[in-house]
Parts: sequence; structure tokens; C-alpha cells
Amino acid sequence: MIKLQNLVKRFGPLNAVNSISMAVGRGEVVGFLGPNGAGKSTTMKIITGFLPATSGTVEVCGFDVGEKPVEVQKRLGYLPEGAPAYGDMTPASFLDFVAQVRGYRGAEKQVCIEQIVEKTSLKSVLDQSIETLSKGFKRRVGLAQAMLHDPPVLIMDEPTDGLDPNQKHHVRNLIREMAADKAVIVSTHILEEVEAVCTRAVIISEGRLVADGTPEQLIGRSSIHNAVRIELEPAELDLAKPAIEALDEVGGVDILSRADGRASLRVVSKDGQPITVAVGALMREKGFNITEIYTEKGALDEVFRQITIGEDGTEVNRG
Amino acid sequence: MGNVGIVAMRELRAYFATPIALVFIFIFLTLTGAFAFYVGGFFVRAQADLQAFFVYHPWLFLLLVPAIAMRLWAEERKTGTIEILMTLPISTTEAVLGKYFAAWAFCGIALSLTAPMWITVNVLGDPDNGVILASYVGSFVMAGAYLAIGSCLSALTKNQVIAFIMSATVCFLFTMSGAELVQDFVRTLAPEIVSQAIFQMSFLAHFESVTRGLIDLRDAVFFASLIAIWLFANVVIIDIKKGS
Ligand SMILES: Nc1ncnc2c1ncn2[C@@H]1O[C@H](COP(=O)(O)OP(=O)(O)OP(=O)(O)O)[C@@H](O)[C@H]1O
Ligand SMILES: [Mg+2]
Repeated sequence: MIKLQNLVKRFGPLNAVNSISMAVGRGEVVGFLGPNGAGKSTTMKIITGFLPATSGTVEVCGFDVGEKPVEVQKRLGYLPEGAPAYGDMTPASFLDFVAQVRGYRGAEKQVCIEQIVEKTSLKSVLDQSIETLSKGFKRRVGLAQAMLHDPPVLIMDEPTDGLDPNQKHHVRNLIREMAADKAVIVSTHILEEVEAVCTRAVIISEGRLVADGTPEQLIGRSSIHNAVRIELEPAELDLAKPAIEALDEVGGVDILSRADGRASLRVVSKDGQPITVAVGALMREKGFNITEIYTEKGALDEVFRQITIGEDGTEVNRG
Repeated sequence: MGNVGIVAMRELRAYFATPIALVFIFIFLTLTGAFAFYVGGFFVRAQADLQAFFVYHPWLFLLLVPAIAMRLWAEERKTGTIEILMTLPISTTEAVLGKYFAAWAFCGIALSLTAPMWITVNVLGDPDNGVILASYVGSFVMAGAYLAIGSCLSALTKNQVIAFIMSATVCFLFTMSGAELVQDFVRTLAPEIVSQAIFQMSFLAHFESVTRGLIDLRDAVFFASLIAIWLFANVVIIDIKKGS
């Protein structure tokens, strides 16, 4: 339902978005990841018709956003970064305004506002001016505004940024609930959020799309994916290390710590395949006294760092 | 109600959501009264008309209208709400017109609250109500012209103070160019045709003919095209500047 083709956005000499192509279909929740200044917000602003692209096209529900921005905007809900809202309005009057613009009138409008107020739990603050609301409520006003018309396409820029854990949980549930029949794009810096709500993760770095896959696939790219963690007596360490290294499936062994009468090892799988069974069997066979053994999945944030930090080790950060 | 109306209603409500509207109206009424009675010599003139009242409107508007207009777009850009407004299914033109009409309606409300003056002159004497009506219309239209300038310039910046200073300056130029002092000065420097052209751009010249009860098609065309041009520029500026 969303289709980007060779999307480019330049700000003067800076290529904020550098030839991004991708498509998002119904039922997908795509997480935009990337360092500060990667171009996530800029991409979203172009999709929503707020900014014109320098070149390339964006199609939403079959409409080209450059040619028919209003048609696109009718089918789209957008939560801008930081959830701006008219501070001197109340949530009630703000949502009333948005509902009117969205074409709702009379009783239908009331029903639609009531529903979204219910969903976003805004009832208690409906008549308080928005500028006096807490961050969590402000964010929910922004979400209510974006979801009010139950749009087929939903774009949310850092919807959980700065919220407490309960609010985050609430917002993620909300997104999951809404997502079933929509195409959703959310950007976030919280990587566990991607695993929690996204069916697909896209990493953007320096305006380029550098990774695209399910969260599981991305985690699979971790260098420590399927590595095995072993805890054992420090005395046995010097014997165990070469024995494990001798296994064919093993790519290397790192000593992580050696203190308090316990040593911790990480056995890295050579080609990312599961090796826990083989390593466990070896340990038993040699009679090492291990206190703990488990498989590491690798973490998204490690993959994220791997992908977005340049070859020379310097952080890619233009924010 | 179309999008323009919806945007205008939201904007108008926003004026009254804070004390700004009331403060503004209070200042406007106080100043119009003060100018008419003390500076304009409303009583001394002993004439049943509102000349003393209307003659100061261009100068009052010069300060007060930019104060209304300055927040129109500068605030929207500063707080980021422009990103909400411009991603709702509304065209830029509709947004510009909606906001403009709201501010204009607000001026209309302020102006209409001076009606007691009109009633007073009718109680005291027998004024030419046609002239007064024409003057009110002229004053309202002139406020609209100042507003179009203010709205457009407010889109150029995120800073309301800068927006105010810019539009007060430009409005000042459009007003002053008709003052005799300036006209005399220009005539000494430039050929008649140039000073005439500058004179023709002046709000004062067009407004004064209206307050004498002459509603000339040329004055109407002047204000209408001026408003249209500034609002068109406003739309263009929003489209260019909204993202930055
Ligand atoms: N209006 C603008 N004018 C000039 N440069 C801009 C403008 N907007 C964004 N940029 C630049 O474009 C780049 C991408 O910015 P963008 O806001 O899209 O990053 P982001 O991925 O959303 O970052 P963050 O995670 O910090 O929100 C940045 O280098 C930013 O400075
Ligand atoms: Mg961003």
C-alpha cells in the first residue's frame, strides 16, 4: 500500500534520503531504525506529503503523493516527531477539528471521536488544555489524531519516545491492535520495540536503506547469533578453551570474565548454525564442571551497531 | 462547511482560548476612543460624523494588525503543528485562506465593537450614515489588506517578534507612501509618474476617498488585488518554507 521508488531528498549539499526503494503491504508493521540524522523522519515527511521529494516517487494506496497529496492524506494517519499539537486547545476541540477535516459530521463525528477517545484512554483529560498535559497524554492526543479516521496507512515517528514503561506498553498494544488491516510504519530508537510490534525492520543509515528483513532475520545477522555461553570453574578454563576451539563448528572462543571463582566463555558459531548441542556434548564427554550453558540469540542493537558504524569504526552520525 | 471554514473556525477559537483576544480588543477600543476624542477632537469639531474616528484607523492598524497576524504562521512553524495541519487533507491554499479569514473576522469583531460610537453620533446629531457605513467597510477592507501582508510575512519566520517587525515595517511603507510629507519629498526626487505610482499604492489615499463616502471601483480593485497578491505569495512561501 506504500511504495517508495528511488526516493531522494537533498537539503543543499546533504543527501538526507539517498535513493530509498521499498514497499509496505497490508498487515505489515515496518520499523524504521537508524542513527540520529539517518533520514527516517525525512522519509516519513515525504510519504505524508509534507515535504516534496527531490526525485523519486511515493505511492500510497495507488496515489502519487507528489501529484495527489490530498488523496494520499485522506488515507493516511501521521504522528509527527514529538507529537506537536495546538497547545491552547483541549483534546476535545482538537479532535473535533481533526474529525471535521476528515469529513465527519454530526452524530457520526461524535461516535468516531468517542471511539478513539476510548481507545487512547483520553477521557479524563478531554477538557484540559493540551499544553498542560503530561507527555504521555500529549502523545496519546497525537495518536488519537492520527488514528481517528481508522486510516489504511499509518505513519508514526517515534511514537513511544520519552514515555514511561507503562505508557510504552500501552502504545505498543495500541499499534498492534490497529495494525492487522493496515500498512504501518513506525520509527524508533528502542530496539526491543521492533521485536515487540514490528513484522519487519528496516535500517536506514546516511539516507540509505542498509538492511531490510524480519526482526528474526536481522538478529540472525548478528556475529554472535547462536553463540554459546558457558560458565565454569576458572581452573578448568585453560583446558576447556583449546578443546572447544578444536570443534569444527566453532569459529572462536572469547573469555568474557574471570572472577569470583567463575569464568565465563562465549563460543561463537562459525557459520551461525546452532552449536549448543555439540558444545554441550563435548563438555560432558571431557567431564568439565560447568555451572551454566545457554544459547545466545544475538541482539538487534548489536546488529544495528554492526550495520550502522562505518568500516573505519567511526560512528555514522550526522544528526 | 468546507475546509476553509473548518480551519477558520479552529483559528478563531484559538484567538479566544487565551486572553490575547480580549486584551487586543480592549486596547483597540481604548485607542480608537482616545484618538477620536482627544487627538481627533471629536467633540471640538461639533460635527455629527465619525471622521475623527476613522482618520486614525490606518495608523492604529499599522500596529495592531501585525500583532494579530504575527502568530498566524510563525507560531505554527515554531511549535511544529504546521506538520499536522499540512498533512491533513487540506490544500495549502485552503489553510492560508482559512487562517486569513479567521484573523479578518477577528478584526471585524473588534471593529464592530466600536458601534457605540456610531450610535452616539446618531443620538447627538444627524450624521450621514451612508458615509459612516462606507467608512466602516473601508476600514474593514483596509484591515484585511494589512492582514494579508502580515500573514504572508509571518510565514517567513518562526519568530513572532520578527514577523511583527517585518509586517509593521511593510505596512508602514504602504501607509506612509500616501502621506503628504512623503509625497512632497518624493516629488522633489522623482518624476511625477513615479510619485503618482507610489501614491497609488498607498492605503491612505484609497482609504481617505472611502471615508469621504466615495466607494470607487478602483479602490475596491486596489485592495482586492493587493490581498490576492499577498495571499498568493503566502501560499508559495508556505510551500517552500514549511519543512525548514
Ligand atoms: N529542513 C532541513 N534542512 C536542512 N537539513 C535538514 C532538514 N531536515 C532534516 N535535515 C537533515 O537531514 C538529515 C536527516 O534528518 P532526519 O530528521 O530525517 O533524521 P532522523 O533519521 O529522523 O533522525 P532522528 O533519529 O534523530 O530523529 C539530518 O542530517 C538533518 O540534519
Ligand atoms: Mg527523526
